[in-house]
Amino acid sequence: MTDGTNLAYTGRVWKFGDLINTDMIMPSAAFRLPGNEQHTLCFEAIRPGWAKQVRCGDILVAGENFGMGSGRPIGEVLRACGIVAVVAESINGLAMRNCVNAGVPALNCPGVAALLDDGDTARVDFLAGRIENVAQKKSLQVLPLAPLLAEIVSAGGVIPMLLKEGYLHAQPFVPASS
Amino acid sequence: MGRTTIEKILARTSGKEVVRPGEIAVCRPDIVIHIDLPMAIEGAWYRPRKVFDPQRVAVIFDHAVPSPSIKDASAMAEGRRFAREFGIKRVFDVGQHGISHVVAAEHGLARPGELLVCADSHTCASGALNCAGRGIGIPDTLQAITRGTVWYLVTPTIRYEFKGELGPMVSGKDVFFHIAQTYGGHGGTSVEYGGPGIRALAMSDRRTMATMSAEIGAEFAIFDHDEVTAEYLKGRLDRPATPVHPDADADYLGVRTVDLAEVEPYVILPHSVPRNGVRLSSFNQKVRIDQAFIGSCANGLIEDLRVAARIVRGNKVAPGVRFIVTPGSQAVYLQAVREGLVETLVEAGAVVTNSTCGACFGYHMGVLAPGEVCITASTRNFKGRMGSPEAGIYLGSPATVAASALTGVITDPRSVAGSRASTSGDSGDD
Repeated sequence: MTDGTNLAYTGRVWKFGDLINTDMIMPSAAFRLPGNEQHTLCFEAIRPGWAKQVRCGDILVAGENFGMGSGRPIGEVLRACGIVAVVAESINGLAMRNCVNAGVPALNCPGVAALLDDGDTARVDFLAGRIENVAQKKSLQVLPLAPLLAEIVSAGGVIPMLLKEGYLHAQPFVPASS
Repeated sequence: MGRTTIEKILARTSGKEVVRPGEIAVCRPDIVIHIDLPMAIEGAWYRPRKVFDPQRVAVIFDHAVPSPSIKDASAMAEGRRFAREFGIKRVFDVGQHGISHVVAAEHGLARPGELLVCADSHTCASGALNCAGRGIGIPDTLQAITRGTVWYLVTPTIRYEFKGELGPMVSGKDVFFHIAQTYGGHGGTSVEYGGPGIRALAMSDRRTMATMSAEIGAEFAIFDHDEVTAEYLKGRLDRPATPVHPDADADYLGVRTVDLAEVEPYVILPHSVPRNGVRLSSFNQKVRIDQAFIGSCANGLIEDLRVAARIVRGNKVAPGVRFIVTPGSQAVYLQAVREGLVETLVEAGAVVTNSTCGACFGYHMGVLAPGEVCITASTRNFKGRMGSPEAGIYLGSPATVAASALTGVITDPRSVAGSRASTSGDSGDD
């Protein structure tokens, strides 16, 4: 269950290791796909078929240096896969903003790799900075999501904010593909 | 307590006296650079209704030029339309193009003491010119273009103090590898490069190092401003430079000294950069290569092409090896033609391509097949980065790549004739 207004999420955990990079989340082949198919290649190089197994409301747990790499829209890809929250031992600065800006909250959580495993149910409270293994009743306390970033996530990301403020045309640009 | 270079730039652009680590600074960019790729990724680009300041926005086509697909062609048509609608004057279309970070330096868009905004992760390249930049992704670039605001987490800074001088066939790429190997990732910190040794670091070496700093996860990476910076920028700026220097009592997370004389050529193994390198002098594996690549924002500069040409002059690329060289911009390409470097490279069996991001991100002009091995002087060696996830990508300096192209195996550039210097390594076994 997810309570978007309080930025607290309970969901099934998918656990990945250290050094998960942007090219694993969105390989360059995905650039050529229609918007609604770009997420289908997510983690295909390291966990084939994952994009079909993940469900809406799931939580991504990762190790050190999650999201290192490029500026490609990994937050949108993860969101399209159904991921509602990202917690990792450490998160690359650009990856952090690309998640938050897509409305997917992300937190640096040293110790989270030992707290949660694949298939566990996690509860992540971004405003309190609390991550819990629900079955084991164990939890971690970390620095909460900064207020400005919480505001962006609550608005659904940067694009919805800019749309609401009248800075953008309502529909995304669609490049011709044939 | 004194302030670092980055803290000063973030303070000025956010209208504050002081910013400190842990804060979020909401800044007004001095220049925003918009590239083609965001418009080619379906769903990523929304047409702006307003632009905060057309004088402070530039459009540079780099990732896929000239267009390899209808989608990319359509993206660039949209970029031209966007520039026309808002009267954006600084447009680097096909013919004036190049990799945005290279073009930004050449055309004086990356100015000392200023804040440069761009979606691309290697925006930290501007740090070579004492200009603050870090990749911010597509939504934030739209926010910067329209609202004229961009947020940054103010992080602690690590300062590198360089001393000494580089040995023959050792480049800025190797200095970066040395830092990545010795100190590992720099996530959650910015990096400042300075000290007496930077005088001996050419601007091309600085640009490689600043660009590559994305690969150790640094937030910002910025060089001190000195006479080398001023010399490079002569005639390129449309207004006086406003260099920023760190205070003597700036608060650093750490200050680390690197003796350039002790840096050796490295090779970085697949599939990540930090702490994944080996000094070539102790690299005993015989790794056969299918492709050798020199290019990208990190190593597509004229100095990189000169080193490559010097090494391959009068020699031939090894049978079965594709040697691909991609100049970083039209200006680099033209200079390479004028100096005869293109002739030398092509005579040796290299392919000199048009300037673009191309092979570095596995999109076009040098994509790898399953099972292939590439040694590359570009930015990244992630699994699948340059094509098939079943390919292996090793990183090296342009000299290392050129030497390897000749021998067909990963090779210490100090061991091949064109480098002049000979060392006592276990080379020459082929």
